Amino acid sequence: MFGTAIIVFREVLEASIIIGILAAATRSVPNSRRWLFAGLLAGLAGSGLVATFTDVIGSLANGIGQEIFNAIVLGIAVLMLAWHNIWMSSHGAALAKNAKSVGKNITDGTSECSVLLVIVGLAVLREGSETVLFLYGIAASNDGGQSSMLLGGLIGTLLGVAVGYTLYAGLARVPMRWFFTATGILVLLLAAGMASQAAHFLIQADLLPSLASPLWDTSTVLPENGLPGMLLHSLVGYDSRPAGMQIVFYLVALVVIYTGMKLVGRPRQTAMKNHDSK
Amino acid sequence: MKHLLYITLLLPFTAHAADADFKLVINDHRFQPAEFTIPSGTKIKLTVENQDATPEEFDSHPLNREKVIAGHSTATIYIGPLAPGRYTFTGEFHDTTAQGTIVAQ
Repeated sequence: MFGTAIIVFREVLEASIIIGILAAATRSVPNSRRWLFAGLLAGLAGSGLVATFTDVIGSLANGIGQEIFNAIVLGIAVLMLAWHNIWMSSHGAALAKNAKSVGKNITDGTSECSVLLVIVGLAVLREGSETVLFLYGIAASNDGGQSSMLLGGLIGTLLGVAVGYTLYAGLARVPMRWFFTATGILVLLLAAGMASQAAHFLIQADLLPSLASPLWDTSTVLPENGLPGMLLHSLVGYDSRPAGMQIVFYLVALVVIYTGMKLVGRPRQTAMKNHDSK
Repeated sequence: MKHLLYITLLLPFTAHAADADFKLVINDHRFQPAEFTIPSGTKIKLTVENQDATPEEFDSHPLNREKVIAGHSTATIYIGPLAPGRYTFTGEFHDTTAQGTIVAQ
């Protein structure tokens, strides 16, 4: 039961952290809750589908279909997170100032919400499908003890959700003047971590060279199967033995998204200053 | 020019033929062989056949690899190049029994 709880916790944790951060970041975007929930449902339905067709996906492209699928899902998520962060850097201040009345005037608020749906959906889809397969394996086996293991799965899920919620609640307490910087940095690191994971899958599929494998080894100091390592993996993409190519992807994502945020955010900052001086 | 692009896109696939092949079987939630030796400093192609009806996840932090293998199916995982040493892996879905080690030398 304990082992089951840990495995499910690890799978749920990543999706939960992503949802927690995004729920906080889009707190003042009108209707964001509804879209977030729709993303969750779509992701759960998708998990079932992906789990059902694991063998089909896996056998595609000479047996590396799963890696390509994961890399594509992660790639789309990175693009969506980038879009979200750049959008936020131009609208965040307006939302913070006057959430309700401004919300209606933001013309592309709906596209931001659909981006939210896609990110949450993909996060749940990727982690959820593995959980579904794992729990299916337990349910299908005949060695008894299924109910205690399924209980373990439930505990793991609840603990994972609790971490995401704690993160959300913590972020919600961050003072407004720091809030968008805080969520912006978290989303930025989230996206970079996913870019690194996408590279990891492409290396595993032998579609990319590893450059150095590993570039460093911090597994004795901060192992990935320990709780701090697990949390850091989900939050900032920590990898105890990353390939050089993963770091390249990480840094490129970081720099590109940050530059995008700065370019789009600049006119807003000047507008803000004018507004404040009135 | 376009053709040239297509050919370069195929290069990663053609490169596979040169990699050394190793085979691993999952049966009754155990790896067979549970320990095997590969050459260090070179990339290898590992084929994992899951003979069980239930899915398994080949998982290894030391190797930086993770892959779900559906029941009654075969998966391909590229590993290395590795420095000499011992690298453990588990079947995450049944990690009490599914344990193995790759020795690179």
